Amino acid sequence: MSLRTVARALPTMLRVGFAEAVAYRAEMLVWVLSTTMPLVNMVLWMAVAKTAPVGNYGREDFVGYFLATFAVRQLTSAWAAWLINWEVKQGTLSMRLLRPISPLWAYASENVAGIPMRLVVAAPVVVTSVVLVGAKAIPQTALGWGLFLVALVGGWAITFMANIALGALSLFMDSSQKMMEVWMVLFFVCSGYMFPVELLPGGLRAVIDWLPFRYQMGLPVEMMTGAHDLPTALGLLARQWAWVVAMFVIAMGLWRHGVKRFAAFGG
Amino acid sequence: MVRRYLRLLGVQLKASGLQALQYRADFFTEGVTSLFWIFTALAPLFVVYGKRPEVEGWSFGEALLVVGWFTLLQGLLEGAINPSLTGVVEHIRKGTLDFVLLKPADAQFLVSTQRFLPWRAFNVLTGVALFAYAFWLLGRPPSLTGMLASVVLLGTSTLLLYSLWILTVSAAFFVVRVDNLTYLFTSIFDFARWPSSVFKGVARGSLTFLFTYIIPLALMTTFPAEAMLGRLPLLSLVGAVGGSLVFAWLARRVWRYSIGHYTSASS
Repeated sequence: MSLRTVARALPTMLRVGFAEAVAYRAEMLVWVLSTTMPLVNMVLWMAVAKTAPVGNYGREDFVGYFLATFAVRQLTSAWAAWLINWEVKQGTLSMRLLRPISPLWAYASENVAGIPMRLVVAAPVVVTSVVLVGAKAIPQTALGWGLFLVALVGGWAITFMANIALGALSLFMDSSQKMMEVWMVLFFVCSGYMFPVELLPGGLRAVIDWLPFRYQMGLPVEMMTGAHDLPTALGLLARQWAWVVAMFVIAMGLWRHGVKRFAAFGG
Repeated sequence: MVRRYLRLLGVQLKASGLQALQYRADFFTEGVTSLFWIFTALAPLFVVYGKRPEVEGWSFGEALLVVGWFTLLQGLLEGAINPSLTGVVEHIRKGTLDFVLLKPADAQFLVSTQRFLPWRAFNVLTGVALFAYAFWLLGRPPSLTGMLASVVLLGTSTLLLYSLWILTVSAAFFVVRVDNLTYLFTSIFDFARWPSSVFKGVARGSLTFLFTYIIPLALMTTFPAEAMLGRLPLLSLVGAVGGSLVFAWLARRVWRYSIGHYTSASS
């Protein structure tokens, strides 16, 4: 498998992925509607901030924050871990392994190809946020948009690589469903998905700054709502991309070792 | 008639129980994951009450009761209601519902009791532990009448959950791909995490209306918590009992209507 083969196959794989996303649009809509967690927490925080702002966040800031969370969640979600688990269990992973291109490219292209459809959902939410909160809900400058995009891509990359790593674990332990649940819980609590990490006490925040979770979700959201000045933003982005690299190394290591152990059930 | 159905229920429970006993280790893994998930319900509360002593008239201990009820009902949902009704969707998709309909007993009863996952009910224990912790924080025991009322409300909440489920599953007769509709239902149930008064300030109270009368989430978790605290008006208790009975009757009617539209998959 050379990079040239990948480059030649990728456009077709993306087209197939996009066609699949269009075909299963009703299913996707249900998944989108299931993303209630940001809204559940938005309601709670709006009630908390009714009389006085909490930290830097007033009522409107919470609306902006959680609608941005909803949009970022749509654009950065990955489900490769479930897919790998399922394919390992069914033995269908062997079909993928026979192809002259790594399955990881297939998972990635399928994920990326779904993004245009997800954008259709995310964009109106962002527009709603601008209507409700005003211009401060989105980056003000071209540079701000650029930083947001870098953070968004970084967030997706960490999420996707973590998915590959968690999926690859199923090659060692039959099913990594429980590990995925543990990861999900940590993500919910530490990423800024349920509350802005800024509101946590100082000691906890220092720990969370070193964990990957807040770079999956909190950082892109904060870039969107312009919570940081430029030096802080650059520092956080550097940490985020350090995690992208680290996750890449972990995921590739686990996958390479795992695939060698793979013996297709019933295949 | 009643005795016959009780015997049937016994048989179904025994079958599920025997199956669960084959996977005894699951009791521990389910327990650990349940404790872990509890963290996602508690973390926002810790952060909120770290900033404020009271939110919309609920102190930390009181809000903990609502989370306790949420966890308990989640246990019932995942242990007793979810598994059976996911089975119905599978039956409809494959056309094997024919075999259920042919049996000389009520179809709704048969499909609703076909599968229980006792270990999943670990959340019920976690919920009870949360009650104990909440009352320890509040520094007073619950009143006797309050406890009696909350036991009645446990019945109505279960009935409501079950009826909502029947309504969701009835949709499976019209649109076949609803495996993730069940997931959607669980996500909407997430709104029951907080005391329903936090919805007061949102969209001029329309959310309060929605979650009290249309999707009666407030009745399921907030009412029992208020009953335990001894501050639920008698009228609300009567309303909850009457409302849940109406809901159950409605669900039954919709089920009868939907099953009339069942066309076996292969014919």
